[in-house]
Amino acid sequence: MLALASPALLVILLLIVLPVGWLAWQSIYHDGFTLENYRRIFSEAIYWRSFSLTFQISLLVTVLALLLGYPIAYAASVVPKGWSVLILALVILPFWTSVLVRAYAWLALLQRTGVVNQFLQYLGIIDEPLALVHNTFGTVVATVHILLPFMVLPLYATMQKIPHDLMQAGASLGGSPSHNFWRIFLPLSLPGVLAGTTLVFVLCLGFYITPELLGGGRTVMVSLLVSRNVELYDQWGAASAVGVVLLVSVLVIFLIVGRFIPLDRILGQK
Amino acid sequence: MAVASNTGLRALFGAALGLLASTSIAANAAEQITFVSQGGAYQKAQTVAILDPSAKKLGITINQDSIPDAWPVIKSQVASGKPIWDVVDVPTGYCLRGGEQGLIEKLDFSKIPNAAAMPEAYRNAYSVAYEFYSSVLAYSQKKYPDGAAPNSWADFWDVKKFPGRRALRNHPIATLEAALMADGVAPDKLYPLDVDRAFKKLEEIKPNITVWWTSGAQSAQLLNDGEVDMVMAWNGRVSALTKEGAKVAYTYNQGILQSTSLCILKGAPNLATAVKFLNEAVDPVHQANLPLHIDYGPANPKAFDTGVVKPERVAQLPSAPDNAKKQALMSYAWWASPEGEAAEKRWVSFVQK
Repeated sequence: MLALASPALLVILLLIVLPVGWLAWQSIYHDGFTLENYRRIFSEAIYWRSFSLTFQISLLVTVLALLLGYPIAYAASVVPKGWSVLILALVILPFWTSVLVRAYAWLALLQRTGVVNQFLQYLGIIDEPLALVHNTFGTVVATVHILLPFMVLPLYATMQKIPHDLMQAGASLGGSPSHNFWRIFLPLSLPGVLAGTTLVFVLCLGFYITPELLGGGRTVMVSLLVSRNVELYDQWGAASAVGVVLLVSVLVIFLIVGRFIPLDRILGQK
Repeated sequence: MAVASNTGLRALFGAALGLLASTSIAANAAEQITFVSQGGAYQKAQTVAILDPSAKKLGITINQDSIPDAWPVIKSQVASGKPIWDVVDVPTGYCLRGGEQGLIEKLDFSKIPNAAAMPEAYRNAYSVAYEFYSSVLAYSQKKYPDGAAPNSWADFWDVKKFPGRRALRNHPIATLEAALMADGVAPDKLYPLDVDRAFKKLEEIKPNITVWWTSGAQSAQLLNDGEVDMVMAWNGRVSALTKEGAKVAYTYNQGILQSTSLCILKGAPNLATAVKFLNEAVDPVHQANLPLHIDYGPANPKAFDTGVVKPERVAQLPSAPDNAKKQALMSYAWWASPEGEAAEKRWVSFVQK
């Protein structure tokens, strides 16, 4: 087993563990051992504000992606084969388009003279264009769109494995459709929910392009602080310390969540 | 800020250096230098206007390289002890900061006679100005027709007289200067900047700033799409819009005149030739060639006496004497000082709140 896994382990070691370890080392060693980079993070208010904003946005994006993604995945898993292929294709198609292009597309849609504002004005719903972009709102909308496939695909993978017989059995015993959904389908789809939300949440924590292009300069997420620190302090350590703190806080969150939700049992479900 | 002394980086660059050196040795035995600028249309314009003519005149080969942000590479090349670049064209602040950190050669101006005609403020111990651009007040002519157009930073700050949406650069450099001028400080009395006063003035306009832009392209797009009505932008970006027929305009009044400069890496492989090139690069005729190819102004004022640039073109250039005197000349020395660096660090906490 170990022999089979060794090429993959080697790749992970060379491309992930070593560079990340090297960067982490930089954050505590610069012309000698130093905790300056961490002292700065825990003493300057900008870091706390960015971390808190980043977690809030990530949480919001995850909830919205789940609310939007669950019905899509559900539909794809219950319709006939041909239709499910079409639904999944529509989910994956934007996935093949560059994130940069999609961020700019949202800019064209949401800005003051953009399609959405012009349409609403045409309908007479609003007089003045709404501020839909260059703020947190625009950032969240585009991020949800970009991360949606990461929610839908794990959900679909789990849902298509749920035997339809179970729902029919539930129905034959007199369960109403909504009862069957809440008591049979939803619990069985939880591993997918967990995988999807984890994936989206973690990816969102490190998002750079959407807050940079659509955040108007004031949506300073953690990734923006990382790039700013490279410029300001001219050394990797000041930037990688921010990354290390983000990584550690995510691990801590999962440890805490893991105490309340039996993660291994849900994910280990066959 | 300490000099890069990072062993890992050094090893990486050592390896890269070895590769590069083995490929470039074959070039030729004649004198040569490696010149580095920021690429794109700007570097192409220089090649035609300045680099090719200089190479011809001096009988040397100018190898070119380009990079958007040369600073980290300058640091690691010098730290490696064997730099491969000779001359870099970078924002003047980097030459100064690099000079203080021992990354940049001190210049012997007796060997750069062409620089003698340049004002004292255009050069320093480590560098000589190469070209000028300006951070100007640009606006939509649809929103503010002639006669009702904003003409100063005080106008930019006056949201009653000039209602409309605004954008500023998401960076303190030039923005703090504009804030102080809006608060009544004269363009020639800005330095040392009163940082507290500038941030206080910025707080005043902050609710009316729709976007804090990060790239030059973004600043132009915002104005062109009508996302904002007024913006601080680089003159070249606005004039490019005008050429495409956009109804936008800008004023040099109270613009902040900024430059990139040429400086030489410490321990450059072709130091003597590099100094010769520096002199040739600021030659009045070569300098006058530049604005024929791009919207940047020459750094040597004598370029305007050569007759190479037509009067109507002169009127458009940021460093033309008539335009320069309406503007504030950026002090890179102040921005490279501890006070300047502290102001730069203060910026994020200002935009974030």
